[in-house]
Amino acid sequence: MKLPQSEETTGAVATDVAAHGRAGLLRRLLRNPVAVTCLVLLALISLASLFAPLLTSQDPAHSSLTDSLAPISGKHPLGGDGVGRDVLARLLYGGRTSLLGALLAVAVAVVIGVPAGLVAGYYRKWFDAVSSWVSNLLMAVPAIIVLLVVMSAVGQNTYIAMAVFGLLMSPGVFRLIRASVISVREELYVDAARVSGLTDSRIIRRHILPVVQAPTIIQASQMLGLGIVIQSGLEFLGLGSATQASWGAMLNDAFANIYTKPELMVWPGLALAVTVAAFGLLGNALRDALDGSAANGRKPRGTAGRKQAAAKKTPTVVLDAGDTDDALLVLEGLTVSYPTAQGEKTVVDGVSLTVRRGEVLGLVGESGSGKSQTAFAVLGLLPREAQVATTRLVFDGTELGRLGRAEMNRYRGHRIAYVPQEPMSNLDPSFRIGAQLVEPVRRHLGLSAAEAKAKTLGLLERVGISDPERVFRSYPHQISGGMAQRVLIAGAVSCEPDLLIADEPTTALDVTVQAEVLDLMRSLQRERNMGMILVTHDFGVVADICDRVTVMQTGAVVESAPVGQLFADPQHPYTRMLLSSTLEDAEPRSALSGTVPVSTAGITNTGRQEGPA
Amino acid sequence: MTGTMNGTPRKELPAEPLLVADDLVVEYPSKGWRKPPFRVLKGVSITIAAGETLGLVGESGSGKTTLGRAVLGLAPITSGTVRYDGKVISGLGAKERRALSSDIQVVFQDPYTSLNPAMTVNDILSEPLRVAGTPRAEAEKRVRDLLDQVRLPADAGERLPREFSGGQRQRIAIARALSRDPRVIVCDEPVSALDLSTQARVLDLFVEIQERTGVAYLFVTHDLSVVRHISHRVAVMQGGEIIETGDAATVTTVPQHPYTQRLLLAAPVPDPQRQAERRAERRRLAAALAADTSTEVPTNASMSGDRA
Repeated sequence: MKLPQSEETTGAVATDVAAHGRAGLLRRLLRNPVAVTCLVLLALISLASLFAPLLTSQDPAHSSLTDSLAPISGKHPLGGDGVGRDVLARLLYGGRTSLLGALLAVAVAVVIGVPAGLVAGYYRKWFDAVSSWVSNLLMAVPAIIVLLVVMSAVGQNTYIAMAVFGLLMSPGVFRLIRASVISVREELYVDAARVSGLTDSRIIRRHILPVVQAPTIIQASQMLGLGIVIQSGLEFLGLGSATQASWGAMLNDAFANIYTKPELMVWPGLALAVTVAAFGLLGNALRDALDGSAANGRKPRGTAGRKQAAAKKTPTVVLDAGDTDDALLVLEGLTVSYPTAQGEKTVVDGVSLTVRRGEVLGLVGESGSGKSQTAFAVLGLLPREAQVATTRLVFDGTELGRLGRAEMNRYRGHRIAYVPQEPMSNLDPSFRIGAQLVEPVRRHLGLSAAEAKAKTLGLLERVGISDPERVFRSYPHQISGGMAQRVLIAGAVSCEPDLLIADEPTTALDVTVQAEVLDLMRSLQRERNMGMILVTHDFGVVADICDRVTVMQTGAVVESAPVGQLFADPQHPYTRMLLSSTLEDAEPRSALSGTVPVSTAGITNTGRQEGPA
Repeated sequence: MTGTMNGTPRKELPAEPLLVADDLVVEYPSKGWRKPPFRVLKGVSITIAAGETLGLVGESGSGKTTLGRAVLGLAPITSGTVRYDGKVISGLGAKERRALSSDIQVVFQDPYTSLNPAMTVNDILSEPLRVAGTPRAEAEKRVRDLLDQVRLPADAGERLPREFSGGQRQRIAIARALSRDPRVIVCDEPVSALDLSTQARVLDLFVEIQERTGVAYLFVTHDLSVVRHISHRVAVMQGGEIIETGDAATVTTVPQHPYTQRLLLAAPVPDPQRQAERRAERRRLAAALAADTSTEVPTNASMSGDRA
């Protein structure tokens, strides 16, 4: 069974998309105007503080009583403060204190938090327990009070205070790193690295640190802003070093002179606001750049909803159902496309299909064939940015394309029902199953609460649930996957729909459960004479339940035929390729000849070894 | 690695197969205070000869994946032993276990999470080689050779995993497993996440590699038709125990154990006529079982808390 390597072609298409995304973090960051502004401002502030001696000849600590509250002049470009010090010099030198102090705090937090988080998250066990306990304790301590105590105990040293503040911030870093490490170490590629013989330190360095990097940088950026605020707060309270210029101390002085010279507030206030805001916004921009979400978030929104338009292409295949008199659903010329960075991407291109009353139509194809998109288009459940066009979408004589949202809601769930692929994610975990089933019944059929409950219990029994009362009262997590799918089927048929759309309803189930669920769907479909669209990739399921089959490939219908005819005499090469890929009729491999005598199997039906061979 | 070694390495027996799991028990601690641990494997024994494929079939929760992980040293072994090439390898220290990495390798189910998304294919494939101390130039040559073996273009090395389709990613994972010429590869549902036609091609690749290199596979899957295609012998698991074992043709066509029969009859065949017969037969068996042992074997698996 050698097949053409057609799968390889998809790689080439993906290349340019990925090359797009691989552009460095910095380049993506520089494309964001907010980030660029923040970086420029922070660079200017840092440079100005660094080269303060070059920018002003004044001594920030030199006080001259004649210059007290001096106006703006050549000697004092920003005037003098309450005790006659040069405001510009204090602003520039004060930047040093603020930035260095914040950097120190962040460095302490990162140096303590990152290694502790890595070790705790990777090895867990006792270190995790102890370090998490310590971190929780630290987080419970009121930071400002600790800082006030430290300042009064060790003297008015800003840097010691900021180092202590860094220690108090380290639990935040620790928890972030620990959480990211725990989620990464569960990844299969970490297991694969372990099997490849990598040492733990190498796994941490190569596979875990890179993942942790990004959140650390983002948090550091925001902690820098926080550090500056806390530090200025302390200095404003008069707890900073008296000889050291700082923005907080400037605010303190300005506050003392607020009635005589309020504009003194402006300069340190502005410096603080701009710096802190820049750090915060830079953190956000970094996060966006890392997610790549900045690029996606801004893409133009497509026209919402469904549009009535002539299909761009004529349907590729003439339908086998020539007479559509008894048709329950007629879909003609369905096109679905999504706007992307590279222009419109069409995922369904001119698809037409018909479902008769009491007929099961199988919609078959591989991933990317557009089969689920087609099903969702009929349900009117495609995402808002999808651009949908049909020439005809007639359900039981009504053109669905013309219906508004509210009218469509009356059809959906009532006359057109849906059974999803993942039963568990389609039940709301916070409501009892009974409540979730009763609600649509009451809404669509207008039954009383008691009637709806009786009907629901009957349905649960009908779908093969032996203890309907218990399931009715259960929460979704209390039942198994197979049971959940039965519940959803009960919900889907509860309003006596004419058309049931099932999207891979058994893919997530074990094979024995799948057989039972298919049996159930078939018997319900016969009993109620429902039309059904069954989306699947499994030709076994098709053979089991479908009356007619439509095969899709890359968004288009390639073949449509009654089920017997399709299996006996497939027309399209793609259908033939798919059918030949099924392993059902493949020859089983025989036992390894020669080298292994059968007795080395060494196991009986009890699963015990019969001693050495 | 919490396993207890309840056996010194045996004397070299000439007939000892390449890989032996002997009465393996794996338990995970239960959630909740003082609850007994959850026993995933209840004394499982398997053997795999060099160059052989043992297919391990079972439904979710049967413990088949755990058995694979126990062989890889990724699951805690409570009792029992795993022997490779005559030596006990369960309960080894981290360093000795690492030394085995050139012999026992893995291909996981999900090709989307088993490759580090931040590393290029070259880095992914050369990592195990570099760990083993292969010089850079030699590793690069080996990577090109590996890409060729799994039918990927030579320029694939420069790209990231996300640039590839599911089938191609699985080929990369296979190439990584092959990089140091292992003698056993544990394949944990390696084709379940793939499209039908891709699945067939990847299985063919597995068979071809085995015929060329003589590697043995422990092939874990839930799909009887896959297991028939790839395995020499098949073991069927249910509830943490092996309930049936035998050569692939027998187990997948005329199974003896009722559970295997149910599995086989539940798998739909892509042929409407034969499927209708199979369905009728499944119902007959279910009815017979229900009449026989109404308590022991529930005919309706979903009623008894199956874990789909």
